[in-house]
Parts: sequence; C-alpha cells; structure tokens
Amino acid sequence: MATRFLLAAIATLGFVGLIPAVQAQTAAPAAPVASGPVALRGAGATFPAPLYQKWIDIYTKANPSLAIEYQAVGSGEGVKRFLENSVDFGGSDAALSDEQIAKAPGGATLVPATAGAIVLAYNLPDVKGALKLSREVYADIFLGRIRNWNDPKIQTLNPDLKLPNQTITLVARQDSSGTTYAMTNHLSAISATWRNQGPGVGKVIDWPGISMVAPGNEGVAGRIKRSWGSIGYVEYGFAKRLGLPMVHLENKAGRYIEPGLNSGQAALAANISQIPGNLRVFLPDPEGDDSYPIVTFTWLLLHDRYPNPQKSTALKGFVNWALIEGQSYSSDMGYIPLPADVVALARVAVDRVQ
Amino acid sequence: MASHHFDHVDRSGSVSGPPSAGDYAFDRGFRGIAWLSAAFILALVVYIVIEIGGKALPAFSEYGFGFLTSTTWNVQTGQFGILPEIWGTLYSSLLALIIGGVFGVAIAIFLTQDFLHGHLAAVFRTIIELLAAIPSVVYGLWGIYVLIPLLRPLANWLHGEFGFIPFFGTSLSGPGLGPAALVLAIMILPTVASISVDALHQVPYKVKEAAYGMGTTRWEAILKVMLPTAGSGILAALVLGFGRALGETMALAMLIGNSNQISLSLFSPANTLAALLASSFPEAGPVEVRALMYAALVLLAITLIVNAIGLAVMKFATRKFEAER
Repeated sequence: MATRFLLAAIATLGFVGLIPAVQAQTAAPAAPVASGPVALRGAGATFPAPLYQKWIDIYTKANPSLAIEYQAVGSGEGVKRFLENSVDFGGSDAALSDEQIAKAPGGATLVPATAGAIVLAYNLPDVKGALKLSREVYADIFLGRIRNWNDPKIQTLNPDLKLPNQTITLVARQDSSGTTYAMTNHLSAISATWRNQGPGVGKVIDWPGISMVAPGNEGVAGRIKRSWGSIGYVEYGFAKRLGLPMVHLENKAGRYIEPGLNSGQAALAANISQIPGNLRVFLPDPEGDDSYPIVTFTWLLLHDRYPNPQKSTALKGFVNWALIEGQSYSSDMGYIPLPADVVALARVAVDRVQ
Repeated sequence: MASHHFDHVDRSGSVSGPPSAGDYAFDRGFRGIAWLSAAFILALVVYIVIEIGGKALPAFSEYGFGFLTSTTWNVQTGQFGILPEIWGTLYSSLLALIIGGVFGVAIAIFLTQDFLHGHLAAVFRTIIELLAAIPSVVYGLWGIYVLIPLLRPLANWLHGEFGFIPFFGTSLSGPGLGPAALVLAIMILPTVASISVDALHQVPYKVKEAAYGMGTTRWEAILKVMLPTAGSGILAALVLGFGRALGETMALAMLIGNSNQISLSLFSPANTLAALLASSFPEAGPVEVRALMYAALVLLAITLIVNAIGLAVMKFATRKFEAER
C-alpha cells in the first residue's frame, strides 16, 4: 500500500514537473534547461516515415537522453507545422518554395535525407507477369482517358498478358502530399495534356477519372491491396512490404524499367550534375538508359537558428548521423541511399544550422 | 391552497388518505425535473444548430449555394463543393431503404401474422434486434473482408454481361456504393423491423378476424387490411430507418471508397457527407474545417427535411385511414 502511494506521488510530481517544461518549450525557450533530456518533435511526409522511425529508434537507443518524435502526417501538413513553428523539424517530399523559406520563423535549411522511387502499384489478381505501361498510356490512365484494363492501348503493350474487362480505379492521396507533388511533377513533364489542360502540379489534386482517395502512403497501399482493378502511386517500400505488383514504366530513353533500388540509384547517379547548391532539386524526368522515371528526394526541414542551443546540437547530431550511418539502412527499407556528393553538400548545410 | 380541500376528511381508521405535503412536493419536483429535462434537450438541439451554423457561416458567405452544386474538393486551391457527397448520401440511403425496408417489413409480417409460434417469434425478434448492438466498425470490417469478396464475382459478371446498363457501368473494385448500401440495409433492418412489428401488434386482433369473416384469404387480409391499418407505424419505421442511414458514418467511411464523383453505377466508389466529415476532420486546416462545418449543416438539414416529410406523410396517411373508418 505504502509503495503504491509513493509511486502515485512520484508520478504526480513527475507530471507536474513536466508542465513547466512543456511551457518552456513552446512559450519561453530563452531559458534553456541546464541539463537533462532533450525532446525533439518533427512532423511531415509519410513517404520516408518508416526509415525515419528506424533511424530514430536506433539513434535514441544509443543516446538515451534524447527523445525524438516524428509524426507522419503528410508533407503538406508537415510544412504547415514547420512554418507555424509548432515542430522542431519538418519532413517534406516537396522542397520549400522561396516564399515559404522567407516566411519561415528562424529561417529554413533544407537537408535531403533520402530518396525514393514512386511506383505505380496495381491489383489485378488474375494477371500474372509484369505489366508494362508507356509514358503516353499511364498519363492517359491518370487523366481518366483510359478507363478499362482491356483497353487496346494497354493490351498492345502487353501482348503476353490477358487483361480483364475491368474498370480502372485510381487510388490517390487524400491529404496534402509530397508524393502527389512528385508524381504530378513527373506527369507534367511527360504529358503536355496533363501540364496544360489537366490538373497540373500540386500537393492535392482533383483527379480526373474514377478515383478513390486514402490518407498517407500506407493508406493508399492498403487500399490498392483490397481493391481489384486499382492502380495508384506509392513509395517503393510501401508497395514492396504489401507485396503489390508494380508497373514497369517507360523512361525518357524509351526503355521499360522495373522499379527497384538499382534503377532508382541509376536515376540519381545519371543526374547528379544537376544538384544545385541549395539542394533543392527535382528530377521530374531523369535522363539515362537504366533510370527509373519517377524518383524524388525527400527533405528534412530545419530552422537556421534554434533559440535553444541544446536542441540545435542534438538535432544536428541526429541529422549528421542520419546522413552518414543512417544511409546504410536505406536500401533495406526500400529507399535509395543518397549519393556521396549530395551527402557532402547536405552536411555543409547542416553545419550552418545554429 | 389546494390542501385545505381535504381538511374536513376524517383520516381515522382508513388506509386511504389525502396526499400529504410530501406527496405534493414530490409531484411538483418531478414535474419540474421533467420540464427541465425536456427543455434541456430542446436547448441542446438549438445549441448544436447554432454552434454548427455559426462555424459554417464564414464558409456559407464565401461559397454560397454554389457549395451545393460544385463537385470539386481541393484544399490547396480552396475550392469546396459537396454535390458528389450529397448524391452519394441520398443514393446509398435510398438503396438501403429499399432493401432494408422490403426485408424489414417482410420480417415484421412473418413475426406478427401467426407464421410462427409466439415464443419462437420472440426469439427471432430478439435476434434481429441484436443486429442493432453490433458496432458500426465491425460492420465495416465485415463488409471489407466478407461482403466485398462475396459480391465481387457477381458484380463483375453483371458488369461484363450488362455493362451497357448505367447501374452496372463499372466493375466492383473493392469499396463501393453497392457493398456500402447493402451493409447500410442490414444496419437499418432492426429499426425498421422492430418498429413495424410494434405497429402490426397494435392492430386489434378483431380486425383480422373480421377480415377473415368476410372471406379474405390470409394474404388478402395481410396486404389489404393489416398493412394499411398499421401503415402509419410502418411509415414511421421507414422514416427512422432512412434517417439512420443518412447519418451512418463509420461503416460507410470504410466501405464507400472516398471518391469525389457522381456515378449511377452501383459498383463505383462514392462518398457520403458523414464519411467526408469523418475522414477529413482529423487533418483539416481552419479553411477546410469551415467548409466541413457547412457540409455538416447540409447533412443536418437533409436529415431534418427527411424527418419532416416523413411526419407529414404519416399525418396524411393516418387522416386518410381515419376518414375511411
């Protein structure tokens, strides 16, 4: 009885003790706590979330005084929270625009954290073998112009497959998403119709055609898994984990490329010269014979200046670790490790954070 | 005061007596509590309407009635319209009402018109009412893992053979209007069945005996005498069932497919107002919340209108019946 009382008292004290700490974090960060645990909060893209979670697990196990939380809420929401300063770092597959950087309290530094391929996963249970789609055809599918799987345009590309008379159901993102941004950026690059008459580029799209929406990369992958005749865009790892078949897409060189780490890496390697100093780069339609056509970097959004030096030190430590050792976990989880040049540029950017 | 009316009553040697002061106090107190409770409920409804209306007002002044006829829902560009959701709400609820109504009334007839022994009928009724105790989320899961796989071959065959009919214009991918409406029908079944049973029970047995006495067959008695007599009660059951279908959220959010489009096809994904609210609220920003509040107000209005129409029809039906009597 006495011990239980004691425990309750300790718990209450701990709770009461926490409240000023939280207030200090949000309202008056000028007075740093002399010592003790540091808590970092981040939110954003669902695309790299499994990898970030893995990094956080490993890194915080090695540094028990540090607590990091990452909420996978979608890039749009992540950017919003970062600009509102309600999180310590954000995650986004769509880099910030110049206006957004100008608006960011405490400035903004973009650090590419990893890269990934966006695949078109589909669910046609009776179709065995790899489905190939040309640039024109998959643009038409997302434009709602090809509405049935046994459309002659699809069939002629896949003479060996017996395609069913089934309606094509698109599965897209409900939330404001960087994956959607990268996907539509690519569609705009390959299809003039998409660019000029279609929905264009954006984080939220009013999809033409028969489309269902689901929240997060996970939600989209799960919905495809349960819906026959569906096709949707997700990060490679999400499709792989659920065992969804992925379309072989025609790249800029006119070859059909199987999505995977090698073809994704090839896309980055062949286009590395395009990385500008501010690390804000999109590869809407990468060059190269073996390049997979839809790849995107995903960024960690850091403030230039943190009022609490402990926080910035801890965050810099974590990001530097992620850029060096963290990259070795990428390929197992279905992400593309960053090329060495990008890592070097990214580390310079991290060092500037105060 | 009222108490002096009883002052002359001799209380000695009698078990009965005038109400005591305590009885009066209790009576007054109870009446007060009853009034208070009734007033509280009314106030609560008014408060909810004002609260939602107030939060929807900015969206209403911004989008006006175009909100009801536009088909776009785009947070990024700030364009909001709920025509597909209104369509999906009414379409799915109407389908559910047709299916659930037919089965519900049929069950009510089966349970009340001496097809079953009394005890067995009571057991059956309890089982059907138990359907109402199953949580919405369980219906949703059942729909995803049982109903959709069962329905898919049939739906895809219908699409293959009769795809030219607009109702079968698409194949069933997974979530869609058809499975959602079927699950809704099962969910409103207990409401429709148990209120219809009560309505049929209220018809005096003599009425049926009189019908038999006039030489009707059993089905003539049921269809031409019992059902019309219980008509207003059965209508009430249908209206309540429809109301329930309009507002059902969780199962529909899981089954309907969250698709912002209008399609006649039974197998196409769609969306309803309640499902839109449930799926968009958690991550909505302030602009979207205002639009969602407007959508909530529209849902409230639809439910109110349906109930008002139901009441009016009921009144009309009763009056007609009474005039004939």
